[in-house]
Amino acid sequence: MQYRTLWAFVSIITVVVGSACGGSDSETSTTPAVPPPPAFDPATAGSVMGMITLEGAPPAPENIRMNSDPTCVERATNTTTEYYAVGDSGGLGNVFIYIKEGLGAQTFPAATDTVTFNQVGCRYTPHVFGIRVGQTLEILNSDPTLHNIHASPTANEEFNTGQPIEGMRFERTFTAPEVMVPFQCDVHSWMNAYVGVLEHPYFAVTSDDGKFDISSLPPGDYVVEAWHEELGTQTQNITVGEGATAELNFTFTVS
Amino acid sequence: MLWLHRYNQLLALATLALITAGGLVTSTDSGLAVPDWPNTYGYFMFSFPWSQMVGGILYEHGHRLIASIVGLLTIGLVIWLSRREHRRWVRRLGWLALAAVVTQGFLGGITVLYFLPPGVSISHAGLAQMFFALIVSLAVFTSHGWVTRYKRNSNDERAIIGDSVLRLLTVLTPASIYIQILIGATMRHTGAGLAIPDFPLAFGELIPPDWNTLIAIHFTHRVGAVIVTGLVVATGGHIWAHHTQRQELVRPATLMIGVSVAQFTLGALTVLSERAVAINTAHVTTGALLFGTALVLGLRTHRDRFRDETKSMASSLPMIVTEPTTIPTPGSSGASG
Repeated sequence: MQYRTLWAFVSIITVVVGSACGGSDSETSTTPAVPPPPAFDPATAGSVMGMITLEGAPPAPENIRMNSDPTCVERATNTTTEYYAVGDSGGLGNVFIYIKEGLGAQTFPAATDTVTFNQVGCRYTPHVFGIRVGQTLEILNSDPTLHNIHASPTANEEFNTGQPIEGMRFERTFTAPEVMVPFQCDVHSWMNAYVGVLEHPYFAVTSDDGKFDISSLPPGDYVVEAWHEELGTQTQNITVGEGATAELNFTFTVS
Repeated sequence: MLWLHRYNQLLALATLALITAGGLVTSTDSGLAVPDWPNTYGYFMFSFPWSQMVGGILYEHGHRLIASIVGLLTIGLVIWLSRREHRRWVRRLGWLALAAVVTQGFLGGITVLYFLPPGVSISHAGLAQMFFALIVSLAVFTSHGWVTRYKRNSNDERAIIGDSVLRLLTVLTPASIYIQILIGATMRHTGAGLAIPDFPLAFGELIPPDWNTLIAIHFTHRVGAVIVTGLVVATGGHIWAHHTQRQELVRPATLMIGVSVAQFTLGALTVLSERAVAINTAHVTTGALLFGTALVLGLRTHRDRFRDETKSMASSLPMIVTEPTTIPTPGSSGASG
């Protein structure tokens, strides 16, 4: 009697777990045919250049204790937090800036190059970056220790993959635009990064001096958004004329 | 019987260690440090190299290893009970514990594979406490005190059975603690631990001025803490006032009050320390300890409800038959812890 009860229980669990783990086929959707947009003449392309500035004194970078993994202690070259990357002239780095609105139904050639996202010295490199929908993201472990790459998107599929061996790499693509997708290493809690996923190629990440350049942009009126991991987002409207370079500056304030 | 009881106690301790390890996993946000299950980074669980137990893997994989030990100990318990235990309902409880620990393992795996969905993670936390309760109960049922009915005479029995306040409090208290644990697990797995960042006030006021789901969960846990503490104090105070002769009640009641004070303090410190790992984890462990203590007290108080079962068991257990104190003697008194 007892064995029968146990086996009945095990059978139920097996069925439940089996059905839970079975997953579902990816859904297919049919998109109504969109008329092709007017051809974009590259000779008329303009650009947006500018600088993101930080006002106020940001919190001092904190030292990261990596002693939970001796390999990280040995290999790390950067052991401070990187929430605020501020240059000498007050420029704010690691800001993702992109055309949020204004491109309409234009389509753009698919990106053929691969974006590499590396784990080196127990840090993610780059910390903030952009990628196109459908573009290949190569995730590489350059450390002789275990990492897991845990992406927590809301519009794309969440994934959590382990890379226990140095030199391991795998590829992923994103299927929907999303600003931003956070990455986290759950083994090393200090490792995090963000990727902006867009349909179009008009985005940039500010360098350490806070400067950016979005080039080869069709003339038009745009809404531009700047995103920072701690300071949130700001938007501005801008007009880009034929062959012109529009200047655009943002100022984030930290209290 | 003695060694079976000690084995149960060992298993209860191992379960408490497992709950602590689970608390460490959540307190350090290491739940997804091992992305695969049942393997660990492709390794068979027991062959994963110790040298690679780094960072969050130490907590998550350590939790899995301790869980395996508890699972094996539970299988051992079921075998032992099947061979030596004459009470059918106790043997069945052993099987139930095994079913619970197997289910618990699957829930742990599913929550990893599906990126910690709160519903599954909260169920995992809730079932952990139920399993702990089963093991603690089995430890009580196999104890010498239980078998000898704590050497209560008929007057003692009447005093306990007739005390409806005691009977009610010793049911309400563990039940409320378990509900409070579930609310705490909900708080933990929905990220509401610091939804109200100050203590003892909430945003500087007695009642939060603004509300959202996380604040509501957090505030419910605080209200629950007050209710639980009140029930614990009422239960303990009642036993101290009316049943001072019954050491099997006084001891767990005293322990329960001490543990509840510690638990309340740890809850406050968890907020004030912004969820410091050690404090946050200790809050989980102490919560289980409080639940277990209240459960022991409840079972001992309601010992008479198991009388018929014990009688049938006594007829088939030579050890019980040879124990003269199992026969109530009117007018005599005695106490056993």
